[in-house]
Amino acid sequence: MNSDAKAVLEAVWRIESARLVASLARLVQDVGVAEEIAQDTLVIALEQWPRDGVPREPGPWLRATAKHRAIDLIRRRTNYASKLAVLAHDAIPREDDDELIDSLDDHIGDDLLRLIFTAAHPVLSVEARAALTLRLLGGLSTPEIARAFLISEATAAQRIVRAKRTLAEAGVRFSMPAPAEIGERLGTVLGVVYLIFNEGYAATGGTDWAQPALCREAIRLGRVLAGLLPDEPEVHGLLALMELQASRLPARIAADGRPVLLDDQDRRLWDRLLIRRGLAALERAEELGGGLYSLQAAIAACHARAHTAADTDWARIAALYEVLAYLLPSPVVRLNQAVAVGRAGDPARGLRIADGLGAERSLRDYPQLPAVRGELLAQLGRAAEARTEFGRAASLTRNEAERELFRARAESAVVHVDPGPAVAQ
Amino acid sequence: MRYLTLLRAKQSTTPPPPELMAAIMALGEEATKAGALLDTSGLAPSASGARVSLAGGELMLTDGPFAESKEVISYAIYEVRSKEEAVEWASRFLRVHQDLWPGWEGEVDVLKLFGPEDFPAAGA
Repeated sequence: MNSDAKAVLEAVWRIESARLVASLARLVQDVGVAEEIAQDTLVIALEQWPRDGVPREPGPWLRATAKHRAIDLIRRRTNYASKLAVLAHDAIPREDDDELIDSLDDHIGDDLLRLIFTAAHPVLSVEARAALTLRLLGGLSTPEIARAFLISEATAAQRIVRAKRTLAEAGVRFSMPAPAEIGERLGTVLGVVYLIFNEGYAATGGTDWAQPALCREAIRLGRVLAGLLPDEPEVHGLLALMELQASRLPARIAADGRPVLLDDQDRRLWDRLLIRRGLAALERAEELGGGLYSLQAAIAACHARAHTAADTDWARIAALYEVLAYLLPSPVVRLNQAVAVGRAGDPARGLRIADGLGAERSLRDYPQLPAVRGELLAQLGRAAEARTEFGRAASLTRNEAERELFRARAESAVVHVDPGPAVAQ
Repeated sequence: MRYLTLLRAKQSTTPPPPELMAAIMALGEEATKAGALLDTSGLAPSASGARVSLAGGELMLTDGPFAESKEVISYAIYEVRSKEEAVEWASRFLRVHQDLWPGWEGEVDVLKLFGPEDFPAAGA
């Protein structure tokens, strides 16, 4: 091995840490304690590997070392409990070490699922679920999590500590939800994964248009879930959605760092492997019955299948949005529907849908609302009004790259009074 | 980041032990479920392939087998966070051969595929 021992350890840690924490959590019944044991194990490896060399089988080495730490801890606890029990004239049998060690290797999949459900538990705030999921399932460090959410390291550390304390105080057992609860709880898990993805896909502040690393982490979590819950349609639906959206990442930023909108993207840069995997996951999701994520993936698939922007099947996208808006009548879905209807050839109806959203409190400061109105007005040839709307969008966005884009669009709205290609057809 | 791994080995006169095939399947499943393995396939001996080359301004077709001492046996594509992670999966793959097929010799090339992270403006 000529690679640096620390770099090897970091790689092995990425592969092993979630399973390590998961199996430890079943033993000690507390994710916080489990993570501490895992961190202790990491520290031991950090001391030993650079000195003694990387072990022949680094994964099993980490597992064995963690087991011994856990067993020490349980022994101390059991001894303490035994002493109490003796006082209570009731002996507690001591578990055999071998049995404990065996039990650590069993049901790794079940343990991981339990860990996923615990990290995304409803007693936690949405931010805490995301931070804890990245920490426990992704093995991300506190600085990495801080960077992901554009918060300070102190805030990130506090968020994680509080989340673990909340779980302990709420008496959340390290267990699977009851069968009747699984559907609902799976919803919170998928929500967390998609939140992480979106945090990467459309960075809400700062100067970066996207944080591809965070997207990849969310997709990895989605793949892990698909492996653990192969019969859940929405797991595949979400995975399909993320793989298809991520396939466009390489084309979303120009060489000068500016964002490139869908229509203007060089589709040769789209990731064919992700598209292929996304379409396969969508097919699986639809076979299993689909759902809201699958519908959104079906929309993303329409873009993925179009070799040029002009080839896009906007009629199908508008129809899919019709169903989605019926099932999930959220303002953002309605707004996207307005765009699709406009592109499918009816900008006047699109504008009516967008105008119907003007009273939505949640959209009051949402830059996309005036931006969409601007597009539809431009399509209708109402350039002056379009320009006003794009100016308003530019003043609302917190993303600098996006602001530039809206400003440029405001300029061009004056010149381009002719309707877009989708209407011209 | 994405890595292509190519397994190269001498063509064996005996089939691989069934335990090895089982271990390879298990490792592949583990890597898939970890979200790291995106694609993989075994490759038939070069006898069933061909090589098209360009030299001295001439296109030339050569049918397999080729004269190399080692054949490319399979490929895999991994999505990982560092080179070391790809190397770790490749090492695990060779380790099951080491454990279950005495005397077998081969090598894995771990090749990075260019990605957005290689172009600073886009990867920032």
